[in-house]
Amino acid sequence: MSTVSVSEKEQKNLWGGGVEPLKVSYGKLMMWFFLLSDTLTFSALLVAYGLSRMAHPSFIGKVSDFVFSHDYWPIAEKVYAEVPFFHGEAPLVFVGIMTFILIMSSVTMVLAVEAGHRMDRDDVEKWMVWTICGGIAFLSCQAWEWTGFIIGHGHGLVLSSGEVIHGASLVQNEYGPRLFADFFFFITGFHGTHVLSGVIINIIVLYNVSIGTYERLGHYEMVEKVGLYWHFIDLVWVFVFTFFYLI
Amino acid sequence: MDHSLHQTAVAPTVLPRDKAKIAKIWKTALILTIVTSMEFTLAFTITRGSLLTIIFVSLTLVKAFYIVAEFMHLKYEVKILIWSIVLPLLFVIWLIVALLAEGNAIFEMRNIWGWF
Repeated sequence: MSTVSVSEKEQKNLWGGGVEPLKVSYGKLMMWFFLLSDTLTFSALLVAYGLSRMAHPSFIGKVSDFVFSHDYWPIAEKVYAEVPFFHGEAPLVFVGIMTFILIMSSVTMVLAVEAGHRMDRDDVEKWMVWTICGGIAFLSCQAWEWTGFIIGHGHGLVLSSGEVIHGASLVQNEYGPRLFADFFFFITGFHGTHVLSGVIINIIVLYNVSIGTYERLGHYEMVEKVGLYWHFIDLVWVFVFTFFYLI
Repeated sequence: MDHSLHQTAVAPTVLPRDKAKIAKIWKTALILTIVTSMEFTLAFTITRGSLLTIIFVSLTLVKAFYIVAEFMHLKYEVKILIWSIVLPLLFVIWLIVALLAEGNAIFEMRNIWGWF
């Protein structure tokens, strides 16, 4: 049984042509190319955000004087200033926590990959569970943030017609120009969908690890592939964090 | 289902933990955390402007480098693989330049020339 699986692995690594192109397995190379295409998708979204940011006027004046208006692009730290169980303003603290959670779950993912190289099933399981917990924690944070963004922060925005807007939808929002909320929903939503699918794939891989599929196969390459995807999610968030929340 | 699937013929040998490798992973994690907290601090200490934007973008690229090179292990792959992933990103640079210029043009038409 074990000799069969080893020779299968060798054949698979050779890609059937006698040599292994780019010294990497077929699955990992294809994951890299998929991630490249996904990079271009996220770039397009973020650059489109940049375009509409440039096309709208900025707020001129001191940050402390800032009020929400449809006439200029909002200052990020004024929009994302709430933290659960904490009353008052704590700008960007919550997003900082989310970023930290995602980076830590990326670390536990590398540790799972490292354990896979050593054929250490217990360690792979342990680190995969931590990664999944991190992913779920991030998604929960995002759900909380979206809720706050949609419901609004209390004051609302009074239009010249006298109508008061609370929170945000795809049509209008209290924070600024319509496109601001649209890009918020699209970019963080598209990223959140990636996190969700990453968590689901991680759970499937964890199941396979725990029933011993990869141990029988003789290698934990699937953990490496899902690891690549998971790091990519972290990578995208690093950019979203900068362009959406900091600048 | 094949009955033999439920048996492990030979239990695979579990190698001991690679201390150096694990230490390197945690070091990378520390760098990422420090850079993120630097960005966070700068957001409240420096007034917004092109200088701060340049600092933020550079720090983001530093983080991206560590994630891709160390966590995704790209640094240790063969050169052709590295370049086939990195070179297509030149298109993104073109996209940034083109669309930001376009956004600026829209701004001028709307707010300076008052075309629409």
